[in-house]
Amino acid sequence: MINFYEVNETNQMIENENLDVRTITLGISLLDCSDRDLKMCCSKIYQKITSVARDLVQTGQSIELEYGIPIVHKRISVTPIALVGAACCQKPEDYVEIAKTLDDAAKAVGVNFIGGFSAIVSKGMTTQDRFLIEAIPEALAGTERVCSSVNVGSTKTGIDMDAVRLLGEVVLKTAERTKEQDSLGCAKLVVFCNAPDDNPFMAGAFHGVSEQDAVINVGVSGPGVVKHALEQVRGADFETLCETIKKTAFKITRVGQLVAQEASRRLQIPFGIIDLSLAPTPAVGDSVADILKEIGLEYAGAPGTTAALALLNDQVKKGGVMASSYVGGLSGAFIPVSEDQGMIDAVMANALTLEKLEAMTCVCSVGLDMIAIPGDTSASTISGIIADEMAIGMVNQKTTAVRVIPVIGKGVGDVVEFGGLLGYAPVMAVNPYSCASFIERNGRIPAPIHSFKN
Amino acid sequence: MKKTIITVIGKDTVGIIAKVCTYLAKNRINILDISQTIVQEYFNMMMIVDMNESAKPFADVTNELSQIGEEIGVKIRCQREEIFHQMHRI
Repeated sequence: MINFYEVNETNQMIENENLDVRTITLGISLLDCSDRDLKMCCSKIYQKITSVARDLVQTGQSIELEYGIPIVHKRISVTPIALVGAACCQKPEDYVEIAKTLDDAAKAVGVNFIGGFSAIVSKGMTTQDRFLIEAIPEALAGTERVCSSVNVGSTKTGIDMDAVRLLGEVVLKTAERTKEQDSLGCAKLVVFCNAPDDNPFMAGAFHGVSEQDAVINVGVSGPGVVKHALEQVRGADFETLCETIKKTAFKITRVGQLVAQEASRRLQIPFGIIDLSLAPTPAVGDSVADILKEIGLEYAGAPGTTAALALLNDQVKKGGVMASSYVGGLSGAFIPVSEDQGMIDAVMANALTLEKLEAMTCVCSVGLDMIAIPGDTSASTISGIIADEMAIGMVNQKTTAVRVIPVIGKGVGDVVEFGGLLGYAPVMAVNPYSCASFIERNGRIPAPIHSFKN
Repeated sequence: MKKTIITVIGKDTVGIIAKVCTYLAKNRINILDISQTIVQEYFNMMMIVDMNESAKPFADVTNELSQIGEEIGVKIRCQREEIFHQMHRI
C-alpha cells in the first residue's frame, strides 16, 4: 500500500519543484491529404486535424485534474508539409496557404503549437522542398501557432550545404519579417541534423514518415526535481551523484508513462514514445543550469561544464529507460538560453559564450537553442553556425539543432523579451570573422566514415 | 477497484476530519484507510478511498473538496492512486 511519505514526496515535487508533464503531442499523418488541388489539400488537412485532435485538449485537462499533475502543453505534430503539399504547391506562396490552414486547425482544436511545417533535405532538396523552405519567413510571420523545422543533414547522408546556405538567409528573413516582436519568428524555426521522427517538443516536432496514422508522444520534464534531489547529497562522491539523478529521472519518467498510457487509452490513439528530457522553463527553480551549479560549478560555462553535462545527460537516460519501454524523441537535457534562468545568469556574468555552448551540445540532447544574436549578423555567418552544429551531430551520430534568433535592431548586451515560456535573453556575441567563401560553395559535405573511430 | 488518495495539509483546527468525512459519506465515498499526524502544529492527513459507489464525477468531487479545504484553511487534494504507484513501485 502506498504510504504517507511517498504521497508527500510526489506532491512536494509537483507543488514546490515544478514537476510537470511538459507536453502531450499528438502526431497525425497527413500523407492521405495530398491532392493536386491546393484548396482541396488545405480542406483535407483541416478536416483531418480537427477530427483526429478534437478531444486532445479536453482529455489532457481531465488527466491533469484526476492525477493532480500539470500537463503544460497539448500540441500537434504533422507529416512534413513539404511532402504533403508536393503535388499542389507550385510556388512558395502555396505553402504559406497550407501554413495558414495548419494555424486555423490548431486554433480550432485549442492547441498552442502545431509542428511540421518541415522539410527533410538531408541529402538534397526537391523543387517543392525548396519552395517550402523559401516560404518559411512568410509562413511564420503570417501565423501564430505554426512551428517549422528543416533537417539538413544526417550521419548516413552527410550535410546538404545548399540547404544550410539557404537557411542562413531564411533565418535572417524570418527575423526581419517579425522584427516588431523582437524577431520572435525565429523561435519557431529549428534546423536539424539527425532529426527524430517522434520528437514531441516544439519547435522541432513533426510526425515522421516512419510513423503510423496517429500517435501519442509525451515529453516529461523536471529539472527542479533533479536539483532538489541533488541538494540532499551535496559533496557526495560521483557514484552517489549518479544514483540520485538516475532514481529521480526514473520517477519523473514513470509519471510521463502513466499520462501517456492514459491519454492513449482515452483518445484511442496508440502510444508512441516518452521523451525523457529535462526541459527547463524561465521559472525560478526549473533550470538545467542550476543542476550544473548544484553538481559543483560556479556558473554554467565554467571549466568542467561539458563533463558535468555529459554525466547529467547520461544518467537521465539511464534512469529514464528503466521507466518506459518506449523511449524516443530527443531524450536528454535541453540547454536553451532564454528559457533557463540559470543560463541567462551565466551569460550575464560572462561565464557562458556561444563557443562553450557549442561544446556543450556535443554531449547534451539537442543543440544551440533559443540563443539571441546581434541583428546585423550576416546570413553566411548564421549558415556557418548551422554547419558547425550539423557537423557535430553528423560525426557523433546524434541529433543536433540550431534555433538562433538574430534580433533585428539589437546588439550585444541588449536584452530581448520573448514572453511566456520562451523567456528573455541577453544578445550574445558572435565571432566576427567571415566564413562566406566556405558557405558559398555548392553541394554537400559527404557522410563521415564509420570506422577508424578516434 | 480504482482507489483515490485524498491528502489534507494545513494548520490544525477543530473538525477537519469531521468536515471531510461528512462530505465523503454524503457522496457515498468509502474510506479504506486513514493515516494522520501533526507535525509542528501542521495537520497532515492521507486517506485512501473508494469512489466506485459515488454518482458524482471525479472533477466535481475534486473541486468541492478543494472548496471545503479553503473554507477551513487547509489544502485538500484528490488524486487517483496510480500516479503514486507508478512513481514509487517498480
